[in-house]
Amino acid sequence: MENTVIELEGLTKYYGSVKAVDNLSLRISKGEVFGLLGPNGAGKTTTILMMLGLCEPSAGQARVCGIDAARDPIAVKRKVAYMPDTLGFYDDMTALENLLYVGRLNGLADGEARARQTMELVGLQNELHKKTSAYSRGMKQRLGLADVLLREPEVIILDEPTLGIDPAGIRHFLTLIRQLSRQKGITVLLSSHHLHQVQQVCDRVGIFVGGKLLAAGNIESLARELFGGDSFVTTITAREPAEQWGGLLQDLERLEGLRQVETEGSTATLSCTRDITPEVVRLFVEKGLGVTGVYRKQYGLDEIYHRYFENNLN
Amino acid sequence: MTPGPFEVMVRKEVADHIRSRRFLVLLLMVLLVFAGTLYISFSHIREAKGDSDFVFLKLLTLSDGTLPTFHVFLSFLGPLLGIALGFDAINSEYNNRTLVRLLAQPVYRDNLLLAKFCGALLVVGVLFLSLVLLMVGGGMILTGVKPEPAEILRILAFVVLNVVYVGFWLSLSITLSVGFRNVATSALVAIGIWLFFTVFYKILVNAVMNAVVPEGYLMPEEMLSYNRLLMSLLRVDPGQLYTDAATTLLMPSVRSLGALSMEQMAWAVPSPLSFMNSLMIVWPQVTGLVAGTTLCFALAYYLFMRKEVRA
Repeated sequence: MENTVIELEGLTKYYGSVKAVDNLSLRISKGEVFGLLGPNGAGKTTTILMMLGLCEPSAGQARVCGIDAARDPIAVKRKVAYMPDTLGFYDDMTALENLLYVGRLNGLADGEARARQTMELVGLQNELHKKTSAYSRGMKQRLGLADVLLREPEVIILDEPTLGIDPAGIRHFLTLIRQLSRQKGITVLLSSHHLHQVQQVCDRVGIFVGGKLLAAGNIESLARELFGGDSFVTTITAREPAEQWGGLLQDLERLEGLRQVETEGSTATLSCTRDITPEVVRLFVEKGLGVTGVYRKQYGLDEIYHRYFENNLN
Repeated sequence: MTPGPFEVMVRKEVADHIRSRRFLVLLLMVLLVFAGTLYISFSHIREAKGDSDFVFLKLLTLSDGTLPTFHVFLSFLGPLLGIALGFDAINSEYNNRTLVRLLAQPVYRDNLLLAKFCGALLVVGVLFLSLVLLMVGGGMILTGVKPEPAEILRILAFVVLNVVYVGFWLSLSITLSVGFRNVATSALVAIGIWLFFTVFYKILVNAVMNAVVPEGYLMPEEMLSYNRLLMSLLRVDPGQLYTDAATTLLMPSVRSLGALSMEQMAWAVPSPLSFMNSLMIVWPQVTGLVAGTTLCFALAYYLFMRKEVRA
């Protein structure tokens, strides 16, 4: 694909004998907002560092905008703006001075004008001359975004950008990112734990657990891929406890499309390959059992994530 | 012409050093020492004025015993200056988490190391140069004597020597700051090394020589070879190199830094050495210091280039 901006092939990293990143292969296209999701220690930050050439891969290749990150990291860093999870502003300089320093390091000519512009974009125009040590965590995150935008990059990589911000702030932040990506065609890679907000903002999502990319794609295709056989789960509750259901369980198992039945108290959870809720309800009613509740589960990122995380622990 | 990233980093380092309280304390210390030694030498310049050569050099080297001369002070203050400016160069950036962000900009890693080194050295260089120029100016006003070109050359060479000497300790402390994650550890190790050389090394060399040199009568050639051994051992201490070089530069009557045999002295002309001749005597010392600096820097480079940056 000529449109591929980030291409990771067989990327592996060992820290001693621990495999931090395991044979990762991923392709991200231009203008896409990609979310890298995973628990702590999954290897997200290590992957990002390898993409920037800040960490050497033990095997495999990371190419950004066609440039090999391990061979020519400077060229990669010119096109990519990175916001680390630990932020890292100079505490004894003011916010404006921090931005100007970064601007000068990048050789920007109109650093000051652009700094003021981006600060206004993130809503910090009144706190320009405050020392960054006086900034709250949320303000620092926004300053980080201003810093990243200052360079007008082709690719933005944000490592845990929503850590420490309140929910309203997160929504505003992520919407801003999505807006900018659409307007300016910037490719955005973000790594986070905040599944719901990320779900709303990202075009595609990659689930990262234990150094392996378990699946990548948009929510619908992920659900199909990960839950494959049982993308439909129906939970049915009867007034009578399961012991009194008689031969109902055998009848249920004979149903076409059913993969698994679990019973607990008066509730049966059925995982199926197709939606067989009406048949199940009919079976219960025919047996004379009182159905008190039927619930059909829809898969969202939370479920995908938990399932994968659980699966991997096994 | 827009400055490149290296110049930008040097500028920031210089600004940081100048604004820091640490540098203020060091500056006051150096100023105090300078003022003290200058006061002593000014009060005694009248007696020495009979032989009116090299008044300004005498200003720097005269002492009546109450205070050591400026270059003797510097032989043990210089390292302190170098250590204080460099001991937290890289590890404080790492501990404050600013290293990742800095290296995520399109700057070369070694430029960062070089910028730390050059920034501090620039500050030290300007400090010594202004002190010395103030002294020459003050001397001109107070004594009414014009400095001679040879004197000025020697004084400027002395400033360069000071910068080289502080540069050695600076590069050593920067290397330690790359090697040790904890800022306090790198500071203590640097001071430990300094203390070793200042206090213990001579004692150690003495002990070694006492063990090596046999009892009883020695042939002159044997004595000479043992003397040379002693000199070589002493020269491992950078402070010794500095003192030798400073003495030769500031006192033109010093002709040799080792023992001279009677044959060598027999045909010597009893006049002060020219600048070029003094420089030639001093050159090995200066080269030694520069070599030490380069080695430390190379080690820092090696350690830093592959270092993991994530906090």
